Amino acid sequence: MAFDLRLTKQIGETRIDFALEAGEGATVLFGPSGAGKTSVLNMIAGLLRPDAGHVRVSGETLFDAAAGIDVPPERRRAGYVFQEARLFPHQRVRDNLRYGAPGRHADFDEIGFLGIAHLLDRWPPTLSGGEARRVAIGRALLGAPAFLLLDEPLSSLDRARREEILAAIEHIRDVVRLPILMVTHDAGEADRIGTRIVAMG
Amino acid sequence: MLTPTEWQIVALSIRVGLVAMAVTLPLAFALAWLLARATFPGKLLVDAVVHLPLVVPPVVTGWVLLILFAPSGPIGHWLDHAFGVSVLFRWTGAAIAAGVMALPLMVRAMRLSIEAVDRRLENAARTLGAGRWRVFRTITLPLSLPGVAAGLVLGFARGLGEFGATITFVSNVPGETQTLPLAIYSALQQPGGDALVWRLSAISVALSLAALIVSELLVRRAGRGQGGV
Repeated sequence: MAFDLRLTKQIGETRIDFALEAGEGATVLFGPSGAGKTSVLNMIAGLLRPDAGHVRVSGETLFDAAAGIDVPPERRRAGYVFQEARLFPHQRVRDNLRYGAPGRHADFDEIGFLGIAHLLDRWPPTLSGGEARRVAIGRALLGAPAFLLLDEPLSSLDRARREEILAAIEHIRDVVRLPILMVTHDAGEADRIGTRIVAMG
Repeated sequence: MLTPTEWQIVALSIRVGLVAMAVTLPLAFALAWLLARATFPGKLLVDAVVHLPLVVPPVVTGWVLLILFAPSGPIGHWLDHAFGVSVLFRWTGAAIAAGVMALPLMVRAMRLSIEAVDRRLENAARTLGAGRWRVFRTITLPLSLPGVAAGLVLGFARGLGEFGATITFVSNVPGETQTLPLAIYSALQQPGGDALVWRLSAISVALSLAALIVSELLVRRAGRGQGGV
């Protein structure tokens, strides 16, 4: 089982009550904005603490309220691609990419399929939206993640840029073969990427 | 250009200002970080106490320092006992007065710059395997650095201008505690001291102006983001 989740969280007026058991490939969380999809990703990554439930990924327990297990985010090995790229503005693209692999040799060939080799010496504020998104995906992958969380990875991109990112996600799903949990409100994207689609909200 | 006496006054003022900043920086940054990020009971009180030197008459601040650092006072007694030193009538005392008076300004500037750091970037760093300390070192600190430097320069300028607390705490001893404002005050008391007052005042204005410009440049650079460094 790639993802075994049982999450309960009260955020203001919204109550999230979410359960999921999903195998290999890409699981797409599909639903309208405000349904708590991003909160689910944050709870899996350890950035938001559920009120109750558990998070197990590929057999490893990352959170279990009953057992008192709460692995800190830096040890969950989540490759999290946020909706905004969240690149570190004071570091060049090269150092952003290396951030998750300090002291290790970061092999940029691994992420050659993203087509960002020519951007290594640039500063994040000078990148276009599509470039920043691809760098963010590369940075998450070079951190040697055990699984990938994608939050609306295609939002605010034009058609051509969307196609580049979709191809990259398919590559990660089929060639790199990382378990993926992707959030989207777009049915077309969900159909194309999802090995399975889970409606939410 | 400067006479030996004037040069001594300027050099002493700068030394007092620099030492005050060096000592106050860690405390100011720690306080700024606590006020920006931590939640603890009594936070409002800490915030208020930090800002006290900004609103209390400087004479009162100086008098409180005098009580604390006098040989019979709690800190003065300990200093005398442990190291056999006293800061009364010494330039080190002037540095303490300058540091205390500059603290609120420094904490304010640093706190704002820490609060301006995007928490989402810190979260991103944590998912990439960085523990809290590495996140602080590689994200929070470098992103807040221009503001911290601006606070430091501002504090230095404030320290240079310190008068009331200094003269109350360590008196007006030429060559030891007589910084620029105190020297100007003394010159004003002397017949024929006008020329010296003019010259020292001009130096004060020039130093303060330079510090303010540097501080403003640092803040602007922080606002622009760090691209192109």
